[in-house]
Amino acid sequence: MSSNHIISVLVENKSGVLAKIAGLFSRRGFNIESLAVGTTDDEKISRITLVVKAETHSIEQIVKQLHKLINVLKIQELDPSNIVERELVLIKVNSDNNTRAEILEIANIFRASIVDVAKKSLVIEITGTSRKVDGIEELLKPFGILELVRTGKIAITRGAKK
Amino acid sequence: MGKITGAQMLIKCLKEAGVEVIFGFPGGVVIPIYDALYDSDIRHILVRHEQGAAHAADGYARSTGKTGVCMATSGPGATNLITGIANAYMDSIPIVAITGQVSTHVIGTDAFQEADITGITAPITKHNYLIKDIKELPSVIKEAFYIAFTGRPGPVLIDIPVDISKGHIDENFKPEIALEGYKPTYKGNPRQIIQAVKKIQESKRPVIFAGGGVTSSGGSSVLTEFAQLSKIPVITSLTGKGTFPDTNSLCLGMAGMHGTKYANLAFTETDLIIAVGVRFDDRVTGKLSEFAKNAGVIHIDIDPAEIGKNIKVDIPIVGDAKSVLSDLKLKYEETAAKTGITDQKPWIEHVMELKKTCALKYNDTPGTLKPAYIIEKIYEITKGDAIICTEVGQHQMWTAQYYKFTKPRTLVSSGGLGTMGFGFPAAIGAKVGNPEKTVIDIAGDGSIQMNVQEFATAVANKIPVKIMVLNNGYLGMVRQWQEFFWNKRYSHTNIEGSVDFVKLVEAYGGQGFRVKEKSEVEAAIKEALAIDNLVLVDFWIDREENVYPMVPAGSAIDQMIECD
Repeated sequence: MSSNHIISVLVENKSGVLAKIAGLFSRRGFNIESLAVGTTDDEKISRITLVVKAETHSIEQIVKQLHKLINVLKIQELDPSNIVERELVLIKVNSDNNTRAEILEIANIFRASIVDVAKKSLVIEITGTSRKVDGIEELLKPFGILELVRTGKIAITRGAKK
Repeated sequence: MGKITGAQMLIKCLKEAGVEVIFGFPGGVVIPIYDALYDSDIRHILVRHEQGAAHAADGYARSTGKTGVCMATSGPGATNLITGIANAYMDSIPIVAITGQVSTHVIGTDAFQEADITGITAPITKHNYLIKDIKELPSVIKEAFYIAFTGRPGPVLIDIPVDISKGHIDENFKPEIALEGYKPTYKGNPRQIIQAVKKIQESKRPVIFAGGGVTSSGGSSVLTEFAQLSKIPVITSLTGKGTFPDTNSLCLGMAGMHGTKYANLAFTETDLIIAVGVRFDDRVTGKLSEFAKNAGVIHIDIDPAEIGKNIKVDIPIVGDAKSVLSDLKLKYEETAAKTGITDQKPWIEHVMELKKTCALKYNDTPGTLKPAYIIEKIYEITKGDAIICTEVGQHQMWTAQYYKFTKPRTLVSSGGLGTMGFGFPAAIGAKVGNPEKTVIDIAGDGSIQMNVQEFATAVANKIPVKIMVLNNGYLGMVRQWQEFFWNKRYSHTNIEGSVDFVKLVEAYGGQGFRVKEKSEVEAAIKEALAIDNLVLVDFWIDREENVYPMVPAGSAIDQMIECD
């Protein structure tokens, strides 16, 4: 059974490292569902958060292969029940005088913010779990989504443990 | 403090890394490096094609146990190394490939002879570097050699832009190594070793399966001691040949597609595989679901990713083969003395009986020249003391079957990648690394034509390698598959009359003779070995001789096609 796995990888912040990691996934036959990269509190180290759909056995193998990359420092497969996960999404949606109020109401319920208003469109910014993001997307669809950008999931474990 | 160029610093670092020889080919952006090499006592062997350089570095590494070095220019020079790098990667051979690159400020502009070689080689190197700052150069060289040689060995590529080679750096600049993410495990977990011994103690029908990892760890003698002590029979992989002597009565030879029948049957019947430095390649296991169905598996490997990759493992032990085998042997001795070991004698006797009844055989039909006979003669004449290189195909399998390898690093053969054209340049590398040894490339008439330009390298550099071509005028292994599985439709496998090999080798300044009769074989081999030059012997063998036994691809390994 395939399911989504969240893998958090600490890597040396050097050029070419992301390409090596992404390449490893593709040549071993994995599709990356989402990917987010940024530096950590130590600027020499970056964190890559990946969501991959795969069977548990295959994930073990890919994690072992990842470990073999010299620039990879640490890998954690995150347990979904013990993490805080977030994704940021920007949605440009059709709106006019007739629909604007209703869209604002939806955004309000989801605690999203409006970051751009134009005559015929609105840009909504929302942060949350993937489920929340999917929820607002569903509700906004009837108005006509012009563009949608997701950052990809990032996650951190709960509690003091690193 | 004096300043030196990046190229001079490179040579200085290579010296410090213990490099004695580089196999390479110059070009535009490596001229500064070649200029620095001009003043150095590092030997440089000029090849005629960069693929030859990579294979020569590989052959040097396989036969000496040191790290091989090859060098090429940017673009096509670098891409010509690819097959050689991939070959070394598949068989875990330590080589360092140095490539020139266009100047840093034009990288990414499709400059003349620019290729993204670090991008291209990412999947086939253990690690690679593109140097963008001259201050990185000393530490990169040091790291590259460390990474290539330690842990599970493998190729490392260093891409050096020409402005870095021409730039200047303090002569005494000290490299710093920082490899936070690279810490190979050498020592096996003691609790796992105790578990393993317990498993061996309970087993009634154990076998050891030893591969190239034993050779690269230097663990061959410990393996032999352990097998002698425990009397457990040993099966080897192709790259494991020589790590346990073929002449030892416990040796069952190679298993798999063209393995011995008794090794394949032993795998099928065993209840415990003690696997060391092997990766359970499909050419060994055949149909995975049928492979060693009744066996537990102890898997010892320095690369955790190999354990559990292809087959389910009961006791994984991550560590260096030599170190783990030593610990295992000690623990085994202790346990045997204290609590005894299950009686494995009936099994061992059974296996020894299989070895007798299922011996390898070929029909030595009068009037024909059989490849197996030639290889037996090469073994007899060299007394098993030569370094034997092979290309890929039928001749390679006959060599693995009929030559008795008794010492590690005496077979230099492309296992994982199966690279035709590997053997001859690899033999050049092996001879450079072992000038006192006889080095023979056993080749097919197809393979030898793939890097035939290196005849010039061997002659010009006085590297007296011997080539034994088993010439059947076919791309024989493919023809054999076509015969068995494709209704003898010999599509594009007949290469009869490609070239007169004797004239060809003579044109390059070597010597050659042709052998068509069985009676001439022995004298021809002896004469070839006596000549201090490149020699090619062109044996016209029985054209449609097959490699037996053969397990059809995808079948269980006890389902063999056998010689009548």
